[in-house]
Amino acid sequence: MRRVLPPLTGLAMLAALVLVFLLVPTEADMGIVQRIFYFHVSSAWVAFLGFFLVAGASAVYLWNGAPTADRLAYAGAEVGVVFCTLVLVTGPIWARPIWGVWWTWDPRLTMTVVLWAIYSSYLMLRAFGGGDAAIARYAAVLGIVGVLDIPLIVVSVRLLRGIHPAVITRTQGGTGLADPWMRAGLLVSALALILLAAWLVDLRVRGAQLEDEVAALRREMDARRGEVA
Amino acid sequence: MRDALAILAKDLRIEWRTREGISSVFVLGVLLVVVLTMAHDPSPETAPTLAPGVLWAAFVLTGMLGVQRGFLLERENDCLAGLLGAPVDPAAIYAGKLAANVVLLAVMQAVVVPLVGLFLHVDLAARLPALLLVCLLGNVGFASLATLFGALAARVRAREVMLPLLLLPLLVPLLIGAVQATRAVLVGGLAGASGGLGVLVAFDVIFGVAGWLLFAYVVRD
Repeated sequence: MRRVLPPLTGLAMLAALVLVFLLVPTEADMGIVQRIFYFHVSSAWVAFLGFFLVAGASAVYLWNGAPTADRLAYAGAEVGVVFCTLVLVTGPIWARPIWGVWWTWDPRLTMTVVLWAIYSSYLMLRAFGGGDAAIARYAAVLGIVGVLDIPLIVVSVRLLRGIHPAVITRTQGGTGLADPWMRAGLLVSALALILLAAWLVDLRVRGAQLEDEVAALRREMDARRGEVA
Repeated sequence: MRDALAILAKDLRIEWRTREGISSVFVLGVLLVVVLTMAHDPSPETAPTLAPGVLWAAFVLTGMLGVQRGFLLERENDCLAGLLGAPVDPAAIYAGKLAANVVLLAVMQAVVVPLVGLFLHVDLAARLPALLLVCLLGNVGFASLATLFGALAARVRAREVMLPLLLLPLLVPLLIGAVQATRAVLVGGLAGASGGLGVLVAFDVIFGVAGWLLFAYVVRD
């Protein structure tokens, strides 16, 4: 798995680029800028996957205390925040020509920026909360509370005024993606970003594991030095 | 239950002897209402529309300091360690602390809410029962999360900045629900407030239960 992830990610990304920039037809009303949609929506999906990974791994960590679960939660938060940031960057690039403003307090935009803040604060807690082992437990509590907050955020932001297009869900006036190339473009982009995210999570988990091993070796070394002296 | 009441009584007794928390929260609440109103510089006609936002922004910011103070007190002389050493269920400690915070915040609300009505020309008396309901629901929801994260933030480094950092984004649904419900109540009574009230009730239940279950992981060593 570890060996196939990088080349697989590369292939999927190449396919996504070919699809989005060469094969997918230009959207009739919005023109060329609509092509950012494929990366924007895919990034949002990956960000959500990351945040749910935080919650799942946090629950497992509180239940059995497995270090791997804790590392997975941390990596999920990091990758989730990175892709959430991408959503917040690609969105305004599209919004400026289409809506005429970079930002508006639409429900979906509000939700995205709030989620970004919640999981950024998770990273802050882990980075600045101090090094002791209890931090992993506190972070797990935050990871679980964070995911419980998501449905409440979704419901509460609907009380705000909204203009964000709903392309996929037909309930809010969206028509779905009519063109099969468009559908393929979105699916392959999403696949490419999911593979990339999985690869990044794997790298971060392994990195954290190595850090812990180095710390353990260092402790052992100090202990031996004490014996000799 | 008896343990929770004992902790509530202890916290209220400490508060009553010094009156330090309540007086600082009181002055800060008044200050925030004044500052937030001045910053908007409202005309007499637009002033009432600002009331819900000013009310809840002042409540959240003041409440955070009040709750944080309660846990920093427990750090002095290692009181929390003593509390945990006692044969008390952590969930009972949570319930007691939560109740004490709700009382403290309610006293603060009793001052801040009439003041908002006075400064921003809102006739509160006409809507009092519905407004009390919104205030209570907002208070309990805020306290249930703030109690959990107040205990957490008091035990990490960089604790002063950590509580607002963790708490504010999580409080967004509560803030939206409370502001929308308050606005609807002030305009036309409870009927229009169902959306905001629904969010508040869900928030209270979800985080009341979550705090009750998760508090043990925050305080145990």
